[in-house]
Amino acid sequence: MEEFVKIIDKNGLIVAFILVGLLTWLTDVFSKKILQSKIPGSAIAIFLALVFGYLGGVVGKGENGLSDIGLFKGLATLGGSMFRDFSIVATAIGASFLLIRKSGLLGLISLILGIGVFFLAGVAIAWAWGYRDAVSLCTIGAGACTYIVGPVTGGAIGASSEVIALSIGTGVVKTIAVTILTPILAPKIGLNNPGSAMAFGGIMGTSSGVAAGLAATDPKLVPYGAVTATFYTGLGCLVCPSLFYLLLDWAL
Amino acid sequence: MIKGLALLSFSFILGMWTGELLGSWLGISANVGGVGFAMIFLIVTKEYFTQNGWWKGELEFGIEFWNKLYIPIVIAMAASLNVKSAVSSGTLAIFGGIIPVVLAFGVFYMLIKSFKTEE
Repeated sequence: MEEFVKIIDKNGLIVAFILVGLLTWLTDVFSKKILQSKIPGSAIAIFLALVFGYLGGVVGKGENGLSDIGLFKGLATLGGSMFRDFSIVATAIGASFLLIRKSGLLGLISLILGIGVFFLAGVAIAWAWGYRDAVSLCTIGAGACTYIVGPVTGGAIGASSEVIALSIGTGVVKTIAVTILTPILAPKIGLNNPGSAMAFGGIMGTSSGVAAGLAATDPKLVPYGAVTATFYTGLGCLVCPSLFYLLLDWAL
Repeated sequence: MIKGLALLSFSFILGMWTGELLGSWLGISANVGGVGFAMIFLIVTKEYFTQNGWWKGELEFGIEFWNKLYIPIVIAMAASLNVKSAVSSGTLAIFGGIIPVVLAFGVFYMLIKSFKTEE
């Protein structure tokens, strides 16, 4: 047994392949046999993974969900930003350059609209919860954009660490909400073609949420959503601590 | 196979570098659209290779593998998110994370409807 633990510990990434493969296999069978493929297996797998991430956080008391527990630590490598970004780029192989160029304007409009909507809604909610200073309001509004824009903004304008933590929490909840809601709402809102996926990526912004949500909806749409979503965080980091902060400060 | 993988990696590094350069040029400490640039480089390279007849199925296999690995990676990512602290960091984080998303779905619906008439 000691030898087995040693091998598991040494080969985290390989163990992660087994874990994810096993989960995918089980959820595929469950989706086909019990749900008659009404909900895609990958959507169930992603949702279950979030639940496991929560349980892992409770048991492991760390910051990386399930991967804080020794047996599962390879999940953090497999699901880390390097592999994630690399595989997102690989999805471009199935995308058409012509379609991307055609929907370029729609993508740009949706980016600007998306950052505006999330920032304003985030500020309004922070206001409702009793925050009145421009720095805190702006940081939480930025956190509503993504969990990267929040701390970058908060750091730049000098927010308290409590508010920065809150902005990260808000951003992570957003990612989870987009992941779960996308496959549920997609058929009702016309999210079924490359052009609309590009607009969707621009409005929602969180690349992990958009990519996971679209993967659960229709994997063919992933590259189109990802190509716009990737600009969202950068644009948010640009306008939140500068233009938006100045406007907010002036309005108060 | 490895040639396709090398091509993908080359586009990836080039795109990330572009995003990083754009970020520092704009004076912010973030990568601006690195993944997006990488995707565009890859698509353009594929387009160019196809036109010259250099694109082969074997080349595509190395990239296709990573394309297919994408969903498993997302599953692993979901399991290693800090879900617990997101859920327990207070009602503001929960509502601040969910309400704007619901609003944005509405905005998306209206945007798509208004654009459809033009297409």
